[in-house]
Amino acid sequence: MSTSSSPVETSAPVAAHLAVDGLGLWFGGLKALTDVSFEVKPGTITALIGPNGAGKTSLFNCISGFYRPRAGSIRLDGVDITRTHPPERAKAGLARTFQNIALFKGMTVLDNIKLGRHAHMKTNLLQALTYWGAARAEEMELRAEVERQIIDFLEIDHIRNKPVASLSYGLQKRVELARALAMRPRLLMLDEPVAGMNREETEDMARFILDVKEEWGISILMVEHDMAMVMDISDHVVVLNFGKVIAQGLPAEVQGNPEVAAAYLGSGDPAELMRRLSGVGEAA
Amino acid sequence: MDWLFFTEVTLAGLGSGALLSLTALSFVLIYKATRVINLAVGEILMLGGYLFFAFVTAFGLATWLAIPLAIAGGALFGFVVERTLIRPMLGESSISVLMLTVGLGSVLIGATELIWNTDPRALPDFMGQTPVFIGEAYVSRKIAIGFVVSALVIALFLLLFRFWRGGVALRATATDQAAAYSCGINVPAVFSLAWMVACATAAGAGLLVGAIGGISPTMGVFGLSALVVVIIGGLDSVLGALIGGILIGLVEAWAGTFLGGEYKLVTTFSILIAALMIRPYGLFGTVEIERL
Amino acid sequence: MRIATAKETYIADEGLLVTATQRAWMGVLLAMLVLAPFMLNQYWLYLACLVAINVASATGLNILTGYTGLVSLGQAAFMAVGAYTVAFFEGQVGTPFLLNILAAGLVSALVGVLVGIPSLRVKGLYLAIATIAASVILHFVFTHWVSVTGGVRGINVAPARFFGLELASPFALYFVIVPITCLMVLGAANLFRTRIGRAFIAIRDRDISAEVLGIPLLRYKLMSFALSSFYAGVAGGMWAYFFRVVTPESFPFATSIFFLAAVIVGGLGTIIGSVLGAAFMTLVPELLKYVVDWLAPIFPNAGAALSPVRTIVFGALIILFLVFEPHGLAEMVRRARRFFHLWPFRT
Repeated sequence: MSTSSSPVETSAPVAAHLAVDGLGLWFGGLKALTDVSFEVKPGTITALIGPNGAGKTSLFNCISGFYRPRAGSIRLDGVDITRTHPPERAKAGLARTFQNIALFKGMTVLDNIKLGRHAHMKTNLLQALTYWGAARAEEMELRAEVERQIIDFLEIDHIRNKPVASLSYGLQKRVELARALAMRPRLLMLDEPVAGMNREETEDMARFILDVKEEWGISILMVEHDMAMVMDISDHVVVLNFGKVIAQGLPAEVQGNPEVAAAYLGSGDPAELMRRLSGVGEAA
Repeated sequence: MDWLFFTEVTLAGLGSGALLSLTALSFVLIYKATRVINLAVGEILMLGGYLFFAFVTAFGLATWLAIPLAIAGGALFGFVVERTLIRPMLGESSISVLMLTVGLGSVLIGATELIWNTDPRALPDFMGQTPVFIGEAYVSRKIAIGFVVSALVIALFLLLFRFWRGGVALRATATDQAAAYSCGINVPAVFSLAWMVACATAAGAGLLVGAIGGISPTMGVFGLSALVVVIIGGLDSVLGALIGGILIGLVEAWAGTFLGGEYKLVTTFSILIAALMIRPYGLFGTVEIERL
Repeated sequence: MRIATAKETYIADEGLLVTATQRAWMGVLLAMLVLAPFMLNQYWLYLACLVAINVASATGLNILTGYTGLVSLGQAAFMAVGAYTVAFFEGQVGTPFLLNILAAGLVSALVGVLVGIPSLRVKGLYLAIATIAASVILHFVFTHWVSVTGGVRGINVAPARFFGLELASPFALYFVIVPITCLMVLGAANLFRTRIGRAFIAIRDRDISAEVLGIPLLRYKLMSFALSSFYAGVAGGMWAYFFRVVTPESFPFATSIFFLAAVIVGGLGTIIGSVLGAAFMTLVPELLKYVVDWLAPIFPNAGAALSPVRTIVFGALIILFLVFEPHGLAEMVRRARRFFHLWPFRT
C-alpha cells in the first residue's frame, strides 16, 4: 500500500499510443468499416463522431476485440493486437465503457469496480478458497486503492454498497467509468459517456474525463454525440460516416469542414454547422 | 445382412420417429410462443394415456368419445397451467420456468401413482390387430396407424402455421413479442392457445404411445427422447422437430436392434452432444445473436 | 434496531461475519454441530450425515448454476464419479481414506472440465440438456466398464479407516463428514470475496462484456465446472463411505433434479441458500414419513401412499417456491434479519 496522496503511483499506467491502420469490417455484403485509419496520441482525448450508423460502435468493438476486423491492424504502443483476445487487450491496458450500460446487476457498486482489476490480480483458485495470505492481502490492497483513487475521485462513496440496479442512469454511467478506471487503463475508451444525461450530469462527467486525462495521464478515445462537449474537451476529432473517416483534425478544423457539415446536415454549409454546434448542449 | 429384417426395423423406427416428431411438436409450440422448455411434456403425454384409460374403464365411455375427451383434457390442463403457473413467471429466468415444469411433472407422476398405483397397464384396444405389410415387410398395425396419424397432424400444423390467422400470430409472437403486441396481436391469448394446443398434442401422442406400449407412471421418459429431438432440431423449429424425430426414431430402432437396448439412449445423447458442438442452436433453430 | 455498524478497517468490512450478532449465531451453530452427535440418536445422526453430504454437493451446484449461471442437470453423475473413485481406490488401491475423498473430488473435477467444454458454444437451456446427455453417457460407462465399476452389480465399499479406527456408524462418520462439508462451505464463501468469485458472477450477469473486461470466458467457465464437480465428487466420495455400496442406480437422473431443486428452493447464488435448500429438501421427505405414521390409524392405506405423496410434495415445493418465493429460503432469512434490525421502528 502506498501512502502517496496522488492517484498516480509507481505501478500506475502510462498513457498509451493507439494506431488504427486501414481497418475494414464487413458482415456479409454490409460494409461496416472501410479503410479506417487514425491515431490516439499519448495523453490526449480523441473524439470519434459521426451520424447514427456511421460505424463508431463497430470500431470500438474491433478495438476492444469483440469483433474481428477483416482488414487492417490495431497497434497499442507499436504492438500489434489485431488478433489478440479481449482479455489480453484488457490486460494490456485497454479499458472501455459501453453504450448500453453493461454493469453486473447481481453485484454491488464496489464489486463491480473491483471486477475491473481482474486481469491484474494473481489470486488463484486455491488461495481464493482459503482466503489466506496473498489472496487476502491482494483483496485488501485493491479495496484500499479503489477507495482512495476511484471512489473518492468520482464521488460515489455514498453508493458503494448499493446494488447497481437501484442507481440512476447517470450514476450507473459513473460506476462504469469507475470500473474502467480500476482496469488500470492506458487507453480508456468511452462509448457515449454523457448520452441521456442532463446538463449538470454532463458537466460532471466532462470534468471527470478531463481529470482522468490530466491527473491519471491516460489516453482517451471517446464516442459522443454531444457536440458542445466534444468540441470543449477533445484534442483531436475523427469524423466517421458510412464506415469511412471523412475528416480528422483539431476540433476547430473539423467544424469548418464542408464534408462534415454535409454528413450531419445534408448540406455543405460549415457556418450552419458551427451555429448548430455552438447551440447549448444540443445533441447532433 | 437380412434386408427384409432391416427394412422392418427401419419401418418401426419411422413409426416411433413420427411419434417423437409429434411429441417434439409440443415442445416447439410452447417454446416458440413462450420461450419455455416444458419438461412436463412427457408427463402430459402420460396424462393423456391415463385419461383415456379412465374414461373407458372407469366411466365406460366408447372409445370414439374417450379419444377426443382425453385430448380435450390435455388442452384444459395446458390452459390451466399456463394461466395459473406460467404467466405469473413471465420475465423470470428461463431456468426457473424450466424447473417449474419439472415440479409440475413430479406432481403429475405422484398423482398418477396415487390414483392408479405404479403397475403398468394396457390401453383398451381401439386400433385392431391385423398386421400391415409394406411389400414383404411386416409393420405392427398400431405403429402404422401411429405413423399415419402423426404425419397427418404434423401436416395439419404446418398448414395452420402458414395460413391460419392464429398460426401467423404465433409465428409473429415467436419472432418479437413486443412488436406482435403493438401490431394488435393478443399475445396473452397466443400464449394460452399455444399451451392448449401443445398439451392437447402431447395428450394425443400419449394415446398413440400408450396404445403401442401400454401406460405406466414412467412412460413420461418418452418425453426425454422427444427432448433430444427438439434440441437436435432446434427448439423453435417445426421442421427441426419433424426431421429430428425421424432421425432419432431411426437411430433408436437401429441401435436398439443391432447394438442392444442399452445402447439406445447413449447413442441418441451422443448424437445430441455432437450436434450441439457443431450447431449450438440445433440444426434448424434460430441462432441468437449476442450484442455488447 | 441496529446501530453503529461502521467499520474501521477494510478487513473488518470485508469479513464473512460482519456484526457481533452474526458471530454469536455462528458460535451457537458451531456449538450445536459439535454437540449434536452426543445428543441425537442413530436415525437423526444418519439424517445429519445425509444432509451434510447433500449440502456439500448443493454448494457445488450453486457455484456453477447460481453464481456462474451455467445450468447443470448432471450433478448426480459427478457425485457418481466421486463415489466410484472412492470405491475403486478403497478396494483396488488401498490408499488412505482422506486421500480417496480428495481423489474423488479431483477425478470428478476432471470429468467436469470435459463436460464443461461445450459451455463456450452451447448456452442456456441447450447447455442444461447437454449436461443431461453427459450424465446418460456416464451412466453407460458405469454399467459397461465392468473391470472398474463392477457393472450393474456395483461395488461394495469397505468402511473408512482413520488412524486405525473403523468409521462404520453414522456417529463415527459424522466427525469426518460434517467438518469436510463445513470446510467446503467456508471455501465457497471465501471464493466470492475474491476476483475468481467476482468473475463467475460477471459471467452469469453478462458474459460477453465480462470478456472485454479481462475475464477469459472459457477458462472461468471450465473452472466453475471443475469446482462444482469437485464438490460433487467429494460429496459422492463421502456418500460411498456412508452407504458402502455404489451401483449405476445410486445416482439416478432424479438426483440431479433434486440438487437443482435444492439450490432453487434455498436460493440461487447464495451460500446460505445451498445449505438451507439441501437441508430442507432432504428433511421434508422424512417429515412426511412422520405425518404418514400419524395418519396410519385413520387411513389404513397411508403407508402405501408415502412414495407418491413424497413425489407430489417434491414437485409442489419447487412450484410453490418458484411462484411465491423465487429467491428461496435465503430471501426469507434476509427478510427476517431485516425485520429484527429495524425493530421496533418499522415492522
